[in-house]
Parts: sequence; structure tokens; C-alpha cells
Amino acid sequence: MNNLNLISVLPEIFLAIAICAILLIDLFLSDAKRYITYVLSTVALLGSAALSLCDFNAGATVYGFGNMVVSDPMSSLLKVCSCIAVALTLIYSRQYLEEREMVNGRLGGEFYILSLFTVLGQMVMISANNFLIVYLGLEMMSLALYALVAFRRENTVAIEAAMKYFVLGALASGFLLYGISMLYGATGSLDMTEVARVISTGAVNKPVLIFGLVFVVSGLAFKLGAVPFHMWVPDVYQGAPTAVTLMLGGAPKLAAFAITVRLLVETLPALVIDWQQMLTILAVLSMAIGNIAAIAQTNIKRMLAYSTISQIGFILLGLLSGVVAGADGSTTNGYGAAMFYVITYVLTTLGMFGVIMLLSRAGFEADNIDDFKGLNQRSPWFALVTLMLMFSLAGVPPVVGFYAKLSVLQAVLSTGQVWLAIVAVMFSLIGAFYYLRVVKVMYFDEPVDNSKIVASKDVTIALSINGAALLVLGLVPGPLMTACAAAIVKTLAS
Amino acid sequence: MMQSTFPLLSLAIWLPVAFGIFVIAFGRDDNPNVVRTVSLLGAIVSFLATLPLVSRFDNAAHGMQFVEKFKWIDIFNINYSLGVDGLSMWFVVLTAFITIFVVIAAWEVIEKRVAQYMGAFLILSGLMIGVFCALDGLLFYVFFESTLIPMFIIIGVWGGANRVYASIKFFLYTFFGSLLMLVALLYLYFKSGHSFDILAWHTLPLPMDAQILIFLAFLMAFAVKVPMWPVHTWLPDAHVEAPTGGSVVLAAIMLKLGAYGFLRFSLPITPDASHYLSGFMITLSLIAVIYIGLVALVQTDMKKLVAYSSIAHMGFVTLGFFMFNDMAVQGGIVQMISHGFVSGAMFLCIGVLYDRMHTRNIADYGGVVNKMPKFAAFFILFSMANAGLPATSGFVGEFMVILGAVKFNFWIGMLAATALILGAAYSLWLAKRVIFGEVTNHHVAELTDINKREFLMLGVLAIAVLAMGLYPAPFTDAMQTSVTDLLKHVSISKLN
Repeated sequence: MNNLNLISVLPEIFLAIAICAILLIDLFLSDAKRYITYVLSTVALLGSAALSLCDFNAGATVYGFGNMVVSDPMSSLLKVCSCIAVALTLIYSRQYLEEREMVNGRLGGEFYILSLFTVLGQMVMISANNFLIVYLGLEMMSLALYALVAFRRENTVAIEAAMKYFVLGALASGFLLYGISMLYGATGSLDMTEVARVISTGAVNKPVLIFGLVFVVSGLAFKLGAVPFHMWVPDVYQGAPTAVTLMLGGAPKLAAFAITVRLLVETLPALVIDWQQMLTILAVLSMAIGNIAAIAQTNIKRMLAYSTISQIGFILLGLLSGVVAGADGSTTNGYGAAMFYVITYVLTTLGMFGVIMLLSRAGFEADNIDDFKGLNQRSPWFALVTLMLMFSLAGVPPVVGFYAKLSVLQAVLSTGQVWLAIVAVMFSLIGAFYYLRVVKVMYFDEPVDNSKIVASKDVTIALSINGAALLVLGLVPGPLMTACAAAIVKTLAS
Repeated sequence: MMQSTFPLLSLAIWLPVAFGIFVIAFGRDDNPNVVRTVSLLGAIVSFLATLPLVSRFDNAAHGMQFVEKFKWIDIFNINYSLGVDGLSMWFVVLTAFITIFVVIAAWEVIEKRVAQYMGAFLILSGLMIGVFCALDGLLFYVFFESTLIPMFIIIGVWGGANRVYASIKFFLYTFFGSLLMLVALLYLYFKSGHSFDILAWHTLPLPMDAQILIFLAFLMAFAVKVPMWPVHTWLPDAHVEAPTGGSVVLAAIMLKLGAYGFLRFSLPITPDASHYLSGFMITLSLIAVIYIGLVALVQTDMKKLVAYSSIAHMGFVTLGFFMFNDMAVQGGIVQMISHGFVSGAMFLCIGVLYDRMHTRNIADYGGVVNKMPKFAAFFILFSMANAGLPATSGFVGEFMVILGAVKFNFWIGMLAATALILGAAYSLWLAKRVIFGEVTNHHVAELTDINKREFLMLGVLAIAVLAMGLYPAPFTDAMQTSVTDLLKHVSISKLN
């Protein structure tokens, strides 16, 4: 019990120290030298990613802090993705933030510090093995995000979004905490491994357990943004500064996925019948509402918010068709499919908001679909990248989004739920329409705004790599799929 | 199976794609002639690369030839597996061949974003060849679906006035069909014990209700693509709005992807369902042949007329496939190849007129022969071929299908034969109204005859049409063994 085993949380420790150091260094930097904070933050994230990657190669499951945290292949892979995702977010946002004076003046480099704290929170969530640690990580991430959404305090829309996000987020945390307290009441433990063991003995009060489960699932659905707990998503996506939208629409999905697996699959496998039914309802509703509501949007950030809701539906499909018992690394691995889906989804989201920020200038937010008009004539290369992103979201091969949908669909079919698969593909068809509309606007329409697109080197390179990654992962999706499936299998086997 | 020593099929697929990417990446719009030349070079080299397929093809061999197989996505047991047999070999060559004309047809006509236009067609060409070569269900799907992206862009960017509507309709229609096919592919994957191997699926026993559902799922995908009545409505829109090259590729090759799907998937994987539903399929095909033929007759837009005639001709193809005899199935395939030449040529002809007059309305023409005698000769030839005149390629396929149909059931044969009359009616009436008569207006009076470039492309296609009409043996010989094997396979029930 009193084994600290610091190695298992090395990436987190590294990042925490780096955050403190950057916070101090930033105090002594003038606005002209703020780029040092930016560089240090990016380096810290990449360093943390590298440390996580080292753990990954060991491939074993290690517990630390008296079973409070766990380091296993799933956590390592997700932590790597999380760090890289936020690093990319920082790269894409730099120019946007500078033009809006969000990283200079009185605020200093706080944006970067808060961003790093969201990552730290995510990493804690990802490696949590105790209900309280889940909650700790969740709040560390969320509080930093609330502050980030409200970062432009003179902007009323952003403040409104921050209020909504904060109130609903706090409510969701409350739900989760209440559910956890029920589970604690039923099992007498906060340790996930212990809870799972107690439940498997059968000597628990089932109604209390189910009651707790309903609240846990509601809390998770809030955080993921699944229907009917999605109300905050469109408003917050639209209202928050685009850089922050990406900060909360990208990497946090990875962490939310991780705690979903930890809480439902690892802790409550005995209740699988119950939560699979709940997830089915959430998944179908999310795909329906998300895809249909997205058609009507004219604001691209709002459209992407509804698109996110529908994509979450797909991720839930993967989660509900996992096979808990006898997960043997065979191809019927719904959790691996969902993990592959969430990683590729985050990659696509990054690129998409990257493009939106690229098109934005001082005093101008390119957040209407019409702002993409004639992008192909203004910049064929970025138009092509956006085309890839859109077809990836729509699930058209050879871009990676298709393989994500494919692996989820095959997981769904492997459990014999043909109707669910058909519902899913039909909603993808509806979804294709609004993604196509963006392509249409970029390629078929004449530009209204002929101003030159100024892209700094780092953004150009990062966006190009992002776009190319979608295609490369589409042509060779095997390694990442295998990595996801293997990580899940090893994690669940331990 | 004959293992290939040199990856000829991969070369045929990826060479045009590589050229396409190169053209898009390095093509500059301020120097379009370089782009055009490189694209033409790419198209010709890609075509030459497919010729060894013809010369080394073994007509007598059973099964697949030029086979390539590598692991692709291990976790799902998906392979990069390619191969052609008599059913598909000529389509690889045809695709590469038609692409050359697409490039030539666009030479002076496409002026905006030339590099993207040429690049899109070259990439599209490679992807379509991939569809014909794929022996892995998922690989097939990936190629089948990827073709939508360049075509969507081509119609939408370089198309006519109503291009946005047409391109989105095209995309959503075909995407809808394909998604159901994806579910069927995944179902087969589980039924066959985690395999996407199409040839393994051929021998997979399946109960009747599963066969019918799979057949219908494939039907949705292929019927939309062919297109069969009543899911054909995207085609006239797409054709009318697409630039000339887009129409040519759509009619000459893209429609064949669907018909080919029937041969590679529907018939051999679900033989019992194919027999069970053959009446349904024959009815749909006959409606396409007769009803759509009548619809073609009343069109006032030349492109629409040829688009409807394409649907009618493809009705012949699907009719042939569900007669279950050698003659009709071979006829169907020959008709596909022939239609590739003829419809391609018809759309090129319309493109030639459109470039000069900027109208596709039949009523705006008349007496073109007085001003464009060389062009008129080609136009009449291709119209005749479209009507199925003996000695043109159009005759061979239709005649074989009708013979096969008579063998199957006299009345079906007779109904199909009426299509020849309808075909002659709309083709010749079109020719009469456009080409012959007095010069009707001053726009026609100002027409100039075709230039060397246009003469070259129409001339080569004319030779192809006549050669195939006079001596179809190279085509029929190549497919003989495969068709016989297919029919033998289809005649054996998979129920047990």
C-alpha cells in the first residue's frame, strides 16, 4: 500500500515541475520575449509525451501511490496523444492569441500555464485508478478550461459561454461525484480494482449500484457531450475564443474516453448489460441530433460542435460493443476501435480548428462557413488539407476517418447488432451532407475576401503534417489500430 | 492462380495517381501548357503500362492472373490483393485509354485551374483501375468510394450552371448505396471467419435469407452506380453539369464500376438470391431499356439525351447478366466495353459542339454538316454505333445480349430487341436535328470544322469502335473462360 513507485507518474511529475518553472520564468519575460514561454510550453509537452512514450515501450501495468494511479499501455498511448494534441493546439493558436492580445499585457503568459494545467489534469484522469483521483484530474482540467473560456473577459459572448460551461460542468461533476458516492456506499471502497473485486463477489446491494451507475453515466455523458447532455457544447464551442475551443474540443476527449473506460469497463464490468443499454440510447440520440442539427448551422464552430456530438455517438457505439469477458486480442475489440476513433477524431479536430485560426485575423473571426468561400483560389494547399479533414470526418476513404468508422462498425456487427450498424451508416450519410457543404464552399464558390492568407512557418508545417497524417494513416492504418487494440487488451487483462 | 513477377497491376493503379499528385503539387496555372503536356505524357505512359496485361494475358487460364498480395491491415486480416481475370482485364486498359482522351479533350477548353483538373482525372483514373483489380472486399470498397472525391470536385468546380446541386446529388446518392454495401461486406467478413478475400467469399455457403439481404445491399450500391431505374436520377443531372471530361469518364468507366460489381460480388457470392431475384432484376433492366429509351427520345438537351441513352444501354448490360448464359453475360461485358468507347465519343462530340456554340440545346442546332463536314461524319458514325448498327462495336454486345435473352425466354428477348428500334430512333433523330438540314441560324453558320487535336481524338475512337465491331474476338476470347467459370459457379447452389 505504501509503495510510491514514482516512475509510474514520471510524465506527470515532469510536466508539473515544468509548469512551475515556466510560471516563474514567464514572470520575468517582457511581452517581446513572450515567445520563450510558448517555446518552453511546447517543449515541456513534447518532453512529457516522450516520457509517456518510454513507458509505453515497457508495456507493463504499474500501480503507484498505493494504487491511486496506474500506468498501463492505454494510459501511455493516450497521454502521448494528449500532450501532442495540446502542443499542436499551442502551435496553431500562437498567432491567433497574439493578434487578440491574449498572451501579452496584464495577462502575460497565463494562457500557456492554464493550457499546461489542462494537460496535467487530463494525464491524471487518464492514469487514475481511484475515484477521487478521477475527480481530482477532472476538476484540475475543468477549472483551467473554465478560466480559459473566460479569458477574453471584455467579450460578452465568451463570458456567456464560460458561465454556461462552468454551471453545467459543475453540475456534471456533481452528478459524477454523487454516482461515485453511491458506488462507495455499495462497495466500501474508492479503489477501482477493489470495487470491481467486491462487485464480482456478488455481495453488494444491486439497486444502490445501479443508482450510482446512472449518475456516473450521466456525468460522463455530460463531459463527453452526448445527447441529451449536450446542451452546453454548441454554445461553448461557438462562444469561446477559437484557440480555447480547440483546447476543450480536442485533447479532453481523450481523457473523457479514458475515464469512461476506467469507470465503466474496468470498474463495473459486472453491470455491463445495464450500461451498454444506456450507452446505446446515448449513441443513437447523439448521432441523430448531432447530424441533423449540424445541417442547419451557418457558423462553422457551431457546426463542428454538432459534428462532435455525432462523432461522440460513434465512439459510444464502439464502447458499447466491446467484449468485456474473454478479451483476447481478437479482432472483435470495440474498445480498441473506440480508442482508434477518438484518437483520429482528435487529430481531425485539431486540423479543422487550426484552419479556422489560420483564416482568422486581428479583429476578424473566420467562424462562418461562408468565410471559407473560395479557399481553393486563395490557398490551394490549405484547401486540400481542409478537404482531407472534411472527408475524414464524413468517413470517406482513403482518409483515416473511414477506418475509424469501419473499425467501430465491425465491432458493432461482431456483437450481432445489425440494426445499430445500419442506423449508424444512415446517420453518416446525413452527416456527409454538411461536411460536403464546406468542401463545396471552398472549391465551388468564388472568394468574397481576397486578402492574403498569412501563415507562419510553424503553422504551415504543423498543418501540413496534420493533413498528411490523415492520409498516411488512411493508407496504413494498421499500426495505430493494432497499437490501440493491444493497449486495450493489455490494460483490461491486468 | 498465376503469380506475377512484376507488379503490373500496382503500376497501372499508382502510375496515374503519382502523375496526378505530381501535376497538382507542381503545376502552375500561369503556365498551363506544361501542365497539359505532362498530364498527357502521364496518361499515355499509364496507358502503355497497361498494355502488357493484354499481351501477357492467358485466355485459357482459369482464375486470377497477375496476382499481387500483401498484408495491409493485419488486425482485420485485410490484404492489398490485386488480380484480373477475363471479366476485368479489358476495363483496366479501357480506363487508361479513355483517360488520354479526357486530357486531350480538355486541352484548350479548360482554362481555370488546369493543374487541378488534370490531376483530378489522373488520380481518378488510377482509383478506378484499382476498383477493377481489387480482390479484397475492403480494398475494393476503398477504391470504389475514393473515386467519389475527385469526381465530386470535377463536377462542382468545372461544371455548368447547376453544378453544385448536381455534384452533391451525385455524391450523396452513391455514398448512400455504398454504405449499405459496407455493412454487407462486414457481414460477410464475420460469416467467412474474419476474411475480406472476395474469392473466399465466392465459395462461402450462405442461407437464403442472408443471401437475399446481401444481394439487396450490393444492389443498392451497384444499382445506383450503373444506374438502374429507379435510382438513375442523379445521372442526367451529373452529366449535364459535368465538364466534357467528367461526362466522358462518368459514362465510359464509372458506370461500369457498378456493372462490374454485379459480376464480382452479387452473382458469385449470392447465386441463389441472384436466381431468386432474377425476375426482379430483369424487370428493372427492361424498364431501363424501354422506358428510359422513350425518355431519351423526348429530350431537348443533347447531353441529357446521351445520358438517358447510357442508362438504357446499361440496362442491356444488367439484362445480360441475369440471363445466366454465356452468350448474354459475354454480350453484357462486350456492351460495357463498347459503350465505353461510344458514349465517350458521343460526349466528346457534344463537347466539340458546346465549345463552339456554348449551348447543348438541340433546337439551337441544325445543318451542322454544311459547316463541319468532318465532324458530321464522326458524329453520324458514333450515333450509328450508339444505335447498334452492325459493323460497329455497339452491335456486337446488343446482339449477343438479345440472342442470350431469346435463349432464356423469347418474350424477354423480344422486348429487349425493341430497344434497338428505340436506340435507332433517338440516335438518328438526334443526328438528323443537329447535323442535317439547312443551316438554321447565324451561330451555326459561323461554325468552324474540327481542328487536328479534335480530329485525332475522334479518329482514334472511331477506329476503336469499328475495330471492335468488325473483329470482337480479342475481347470475347479473353473473357470466354472467366464467363464460363462464373456461370458454372453461379449454377451451383450455396445453400446446404
